[in-house]
This record gives sequence, C-alpha cells and structure tokens, in this order.
Amino acid sequence: MLMKINVKVNGKDYTSEVTPMMSLAAYLREVLLLTGTHIGCDTSSCGACTIKMDGKAVKSCTILAVQADGSDITTIEGLSQNGKMHPLQSSFKENHGLQCGFCTPGMIMTAENLLSENPHPTEEEIRHGLEGNFCRCTGYHNIVKSIQHAAESN
Amino acid sequence: MSNYIGQSIKRREDDRFITGKGKYTDDIVLPKMTHLAFVRSPYAHAKINSIDTKAALAHPGVVAVYTGEDCGNFGVPCGWQVNFKNGDTMKEPTHPLLAVGKAKHVGENVVAIIAETLQDARDAAELVEVDYEELPAVTNPNAAIQPGAPQVHDDIPNNVVFDFALGNPKEEVDAAIDGANHVTKLDFKNQRLAPNAIEPRSYIADYDVTVDKYTLYTSTQNPHLIRLLMCAFVLGLPEHKVRVISHDVGGGFGSKIYHYTEEALVTWASKQIGRPIKWTSDRSEAFLTDAHGRDYVTTAEMGFDNNGKIVAFRVHSDANLGAYLSTFSTACPTYLHATLAQGCYTTPLINIDVTATFTNTNPVDAYRGAGRPEMTYMIEHLMDTAALEMKIDPVELRKINFIPAFDGVNQPGYQTQVALQYDSGDYHATLDRALEMVGYDQFRKDQEEARKNGKLLGIGFSTYIEACGIAPSAVVGSLGARAGLYESAHVRVQPTGSVSVFTGSHSHGQGHETSYAQFVADTLGIPMENVDIIHGDTNEVAFGMGTYGSRSLAVGGSAIMKSLDKILEKGAKIAAHKLEAAVEDLEYAEGKWTVKGTDKSIAFGDVSLTAYVPHDYPEGLEPGLDFSSFYDPANFTYPFGTHIAIVEIDKDTGKVTLKRFIACDDVGNVINPMIVEGQIHGGVAQGVGQALLEGVDYDENGQMITGSFMDYAMPRADDFPFFETDRKVTPCPHNPLGVKGAGEAGAIGSTPAVANAVMDAISHLGIKDIQMPITSERVWKAMNS
Repeated sequence: MLMKINVKVNGKDYTSEVTPMMSLAAYLREVLLLTGTHIGCDTSSCGACTIKMDGKAVKSCTILAVQADGSDITTIEGLSQNGKMHPLQSSFKENHGLQCGFCTPGMIMTAENLLSENPHPTEEEIRHGLEGNFCRCTGYHNIVKSIQHAAESN
Repeated sequence: MSNYIGQSIKRREDDRFITGKGKYTDDIVLPKMTHLAFVRSPYAHAKINSIDTKAALAHPGVVAVYTGEDCGNFGVPCGWQVNFKNGDTMKEPTHPLLAVGKAKHVGENVVAIIAETLQDARDAAELVEVDYEELPAVTNPNAAIQPGAPQVHDDIPNNVVFDFALGNPKEEVDAAIDGANHVTKLDFKNQRLAPNAIEPRSYIADYDVTVDKYTLYTSTQNPHLIRLLMCAFVLGLPEHKVRVISHDVGGGFGSKIYHYTEEALVTWASKQIGRPIKWTSDRSEAFLTDAHGRDYVTTAEMGFDNNGKIVAFRVHSDANLGAYLSTFSTACPTYLHATLAQGCYTTPLINIDVTATFTNTNPVDAYRGAGRPEMTYMIEHLMDTAALEMKIDPVELRKINFIPAFDGVNQPGYQTQVALQYDSGDYHATLDRALEMVGYDQFRKDQEEARKNGKLLGIGFSTYIEACGIAPSAVVGSLGARAGLYESAHVRVQPTGSVSVFTGSHSHGQGHETSYAQFVADTLGIPMENVDIIHGDTNEVAFGMGTYGSRSLAVGGSAIMKSLDKILEKGAKIAAHKLEAAVEDLEYAEGKWTVKGTDKSIAFGDVSLTAYVPHDYPEGLEPGLDFSSFYDPANFTYPFGTHIAIVEIDKDTGKVTLKRFIACDDVGNVINPMIVEGQIHGGVAQGVGQALLEGVDYDENGQMITGSFMDYAMPRADDFPFFETDRKVTPCPHNPLGVKGAGEAGAIGSTPAVANAVMDAISHLGIKDIQMPITSERVWKAMNS
C-alpha cells in the first residue's frame, strides 16, 4: 500500500507516494536523494539523521515519512542560502569541527536548533545541547568550539 | 607559496561534508540495484539442523536466497600467521561467508536474502525457518582454555589459537621478580570495545556481465587489501577483473581494515543474480559483527630495586580473538602488543606470555592502537600503582626509569628487550612540559585542601610510547604478516603544471586531501590549489596498503616524497637543457630552477609543458613528468608523550568527572597542527571512553547485552572538558618528512592516565584497583565495600 504525502523540503514542494513503513530519513535519502541526512543507528541515539521539521530539530530515522505529511523540512542541503554557507557551516570548517564528516550534518542541524533557541549558550549548555549526537572522531572539542565561534558571530 | 608545512590550513574536504554532499557508500544508488538482508544467528553456539527458505523465496520482491550450502566453500582469511611456541602453525579455522553446520557467535550470518527493496528483504528474512540446536557457549578467554570448556571449533582442542612469548628468557625474568625489593602485581581485564564508527559498514557489488568485471563500493580503510584478500583468498577472482572503490568513509578506527564476510558475499552474489546488490549494516548488526577491540585477561608484575628502578616486567595474558580469526587479529596480542613492553623505561628484563583463544563471541581485531593501548595500560597503571605502594611520587618514579634522550642521529636508536629499536625520543621533555601545563605542585596542594573539604580529587599520569608507521615489510614478514607494509604513490604532473597525486593510503577523516597537498605544494614550490590528492579507487591508484597503524604520512607521505624527488630530478634535466646550463649549476626554489648566481630561471609549469611538448628537449630523455614509487620504511616510528588526567569523584554516587586532560605529545614533525590536534582529541576521547564508560559484555549464554547505543555507553559531548594539548618535536630520523604519526597516540596514552587519576583520588580509602570501565557503580561499590 502506498500513501500520498505533501512536504516542503528546503523550500521546494514535493508530492510523493511512500510505503507506511518508510522512515523520513529513508524518504529524504532514497526518494528525494538528499543523502546529506545520514543514518547511524535507527534508534534516535546517534543524531546523524537530525533535520529541522516545522522549526524544530528532530531525528528523522524515527519519524515515518507519512507523519511528515504537510510539514516544512530543512535538511543540511538547505542550510546554505543563495550559495552562501550558513555561519555554522563556515564555523565548523574554520574550527576543524569535523573529521570523517558523517555525524556533521546532524551536528550542524542540532547546533542550528540550539542557537536558534539560545543564541549565546555557555560551554556547558552547548555540551548538554549535543547530548543527542555522537561523534567518534573529534572528542567534541572542536565541535563545541565551532558552535561557540558561530554564536560569537551571531 | 612554499610555506604550507606547519600551518593549520583549513581542510578542503570539509566543503562537501558541511553541505551534505559527502559521498559515502550508502549514498550510492545504481540502476537495477537490489538489497540484501541477513538472517543472523540468535545463539552464541548452535548446531544448524536445517534451514527452510521456501516461504522467504516466495515473498514478493525476493530475488534470491542463499545459505552456507551455496557458498560454504568460501571463507575469509587471516592476514597474519603467528606460530605456537613449539613452532606449530596457529589454528586457523575457515570463516565461512554464511554459517556451515554450526553458528559460533551471536550475529553470525546464516542466510542472505536479496530483494528488490530492503523492506522486502527484511520481511522475507522473518520467514526463514532455521532449526537450531543450542550448544553451551564460552565467552571468556580464560574460561575457554579450562578443561571441559565448550569447544568453539570441534577440531581445535582447548580453543587455543596459539601460545606466544617474547622477551628475555623466562627463568631470568622470574629470578629478577623473585629477587626484587618491591613487586607490584595487578590483575587486568582490558575490556572488549565496540569501535562504533558512526557510519555503519556498507557494501555495493556490481557485476558487469558485458565485460566480466566486478565493482565493489565499500566503506574500507584499504581498498587494495580488500581486493587482494577477496580475489586471491576467498573468491578466486583475477584482480584485474575487480575494481574496489572506497569514496568517503565515515570513520574507521581499525574496524574497517578487515575483509568481512559480507563484502565477499555481495560480490559473489552480484554475479549470481546479474544485478548490483547493496548491504548496509544497521547499528545492531554493527555491534554484533564489526570486529571488536581489546579483550584480554592478564596478570602483570613489575619488580623494582630499592632505588625505584624497574628490574623486571612479567606478563601473562589470555587474549580473546572471538569465534574466527579476523584479518589482523593475531597480530594484536603479539607483535603489536608484546613489542611495546619496554615502554619508555630502561627495564632490563621483560617476558610477555600470551595465549590466544577462540570463544563464542564476535571476532576481535585491531581497534585504535591495537595491542599497544593494552600494553601501555598495564605498564602505566603498574607505574602509578607502584608509586603509591612504594610512596614515591609517580613523576619521580618515571624520571628514575626513563630511557635518556636520543635523537637517532648523533645517538643511536634504543634497542629494547622486545625486538624493536626505538628511532628517537626525549621522554623527559614531554613530561616536563605536561607538568608545567598542569601546574603539578599547585595541584597537590589543591588536592589536599579538597580532601579536607570532603572532595575527592585525583591526578593520573601516563608517559606512553607507541610503535606505528607500520612497517618494514621484511620485519613484519619475519613476524608472520602475510603482506608487505610499504605504500605506493604516483605523482602525475599535468602538462600545464598542475599535479595529481595518487596515494595508496586512505583518508576516512584524517584530512589527507589537505595535509598531503600541503607538503606536495611546498616541495614543488607551487600553490596548493594546483595539487589534487586522489585515493580510494583501485583502478586509479597503484597497489597500496591503506591507512591504519598511524602510517599514512610516515609511509604514504614518504612514498609521495620519493616520487617528488624523481619529478624534480627529471625536471632539472629539462630545465638545464632549456637554460643551457649544467644540472649541477641549478638550484630549485619557489617553483623554479635558477642558474646559481644569475637571474636565468625557468618555472615548474614551463618545464612540465616542455616535458609533454618535447620539441626542444634533452637528447635521450623520455617525454612526460610522471612517476610512481613504493616506499618501504626502514623502521617503525615511535611517537611518545605524557598525558595527565585530573578527575573528581562524587562521594555519594561514585561518578567520575574528568576535570582536566593535559596531553603533550611528540609525533615528530607536523604538517598541519590543526589536524594533528584533532587526531589527539579524538584518540583521547576514545581512550577516556574505555577508561570510564565503554565495554561490550556478553552474558553466560553468549548473548551480547550491550548491543545498542542505549546499552553501550559511548562518550558524549558533556563527558569531556576542553582538552589541553601541546607538542614537542623529535623528528623521525628515518623518513623524509621526519614524521611519526598521530592517529593512535591519544587512544594509547589517555586510558591509563584516567584510571590512575581515579586511583589517586580514592586509594587512600584502601581501594587497590578498579577494573575498566570505571563506572559510577564500580567506584561506589569499591568505596562502600
């Protein structure tokens, strides 16, 4: 059985037919070919699949595509505006906030949400805010720095 | 120009990663691609009486179903042969692509289902009926060798893979321990770890019948090694018919070195069905089947004289290799482990004795550090424990025992008691700098004050050394490696002077595209923008050995330097011809050859154009400017350093909080300090993770009870403070860049520093030791028993 959904992703409207079992992460990756959203665990633990849905950061591996019907979604691919990188993207590069890059889209989307709610967080607030995202490469050191620098330039 | 080395150049690969345009294996979609799902053994040890796949085959969308009977003749090999002490060859059972007869660990592949969609494949997997007869299981390496233990492989008695010893004669070491003024003895359980790269393993095989060729896209650290092992030792395919591509890889830490059964299976099956097949591990499968790390049960003793000098070091370990031998598994508790037993100290007598065992658990192999963290943990934890016991300051105890500084040029390398010869080192230098950074004297005062106020503060030290940059082929060959460990580099200067560098090493987070371009651009005196670094495709790159053992720059970088030397040597001949001068009269700097003492010069780009448009050209010289090299190192490299941890322990809950972490490392020369620091940070985080949080546990039936991120405690951002890092530089004397490698240092040095800090905080309460991971529960129990 296929179900019809209408979603807005990165400012573009899509109408798709999906199976009821399809996760939103799989929909973004396999149907819309937006492979910047990564899947690291399927259980909402690692945060690699974090996107923004209706203004909130969510883990797209544990939301069904059909649940996203009618929603407005931003993925890592939609964060740059008019070819200009989002301050967080530049800050992650500037501060070496990534190594293998796999957790990075989820980290940046989580950080974007964090800074939208709390534009000038303390180090502790940043570390706490990243609790739902794993990075195995960086020891989080430069991720925290990247977010601090992005917040300073706010 | 010409000053990139030593600068923290921002990484060029980041642009694709931060915009979501990285190209990981699972991102690839091929036309007509099918999907594979496994039925995996739910038992640690079970006889497979029968498998009924009829219902699965009949499920809509299913393309094919395979069992061990279909591909049971194929098995993945072990890449390193270790012999028994008596010279017999190690026990090496077949590791089938799908279980044959018996399943030997939870998660072992039993049935493969290929379908149009992943959901179809998974649904059909539910319909497979396997008749298992559960057998008793053994999971502990020491229990495995006791009489009457369950037999993992029916034809391998006592589950012994091999026994092994290295060092001085045992009776001499025993006598020295017996005669020592003080002996510190500890039992260790260096726990099993899950590597947990955030990108799960992913493979896509694509057999093209029109040319009878295979393409395997794989998340590996070493595409050529995979091709060689799979073609020559598993499927019997000619290598020129197989292309292995490894684009972006989301972390490895060792776990993506090995040739896995799933890799060979998708490749084999792709030909059977004539269509591409994708398999991507989910996290549960990753916990169950990505090769684990560590897992030793050990007793170690260190003897001291009455001046605190170490007189002998004796170790016996039982090392758990799991149910089958993974690619480098046998090297980990032996030649990557026992060879580090000298540490940074002048210990005159050492004996390391290891029994490697099969158990009904997932295979164990190299995980960041591979054998070296386990040895370093023993030595460094014994040092701080001995210091406490002998009431000597742990810093003082180290200084008494350090090998004096040697640069490997004016002073010879240091010959250890355990085969290796250290290249260069200055262990006092990193310790002194780390002490300065931490403010040691002040800390001891603060600690005393804190205790008066009922707070538990502790400081722990680790002055580690490691052997990396693996390795001289002849040396590792003599120790059992079934491969050489050189590296390849092909430098192709394009006619207009831009440069493509093809390296056999592989980047999966290390930033080679940037750091390699830095030293290539500097050596040639051209802008970095004119240099591209290409890796991860066996059709583009000459046979290379890949990235692990902190070897990329030390071995791969050296290979590139060899090719650059050849480029400049040939370029000089062309330049001399054009400038009508003798080669000896030229000097090369800033991207041009100049006749010494004149203003006559010719630029690199003009020489390269001449090489490809050789109208006015030296007689007898071949056109083109394009060189390949293989570099086989003269020795391992020996980075070292001092790590210091400060922890605070909550008296009521036992929770250990890492307050500060100081690392002063010496990894030789540094091309990109930002990248090196990042490597240290990541390594430290993994080492701290082992000390305080992580551990794979199996229950008595062999069920993994830590098989998800909910059960396995991965370090999170709020488990760490900012790390405080600095470096000293003792160049490697035997490679052209003077580099030693930085990938594993953090994971090797940090673990004992943290454990030592915990003991420093609570040993005055009468607690002798706590096994890792040092969780709140364990600390609380120790404080309340």
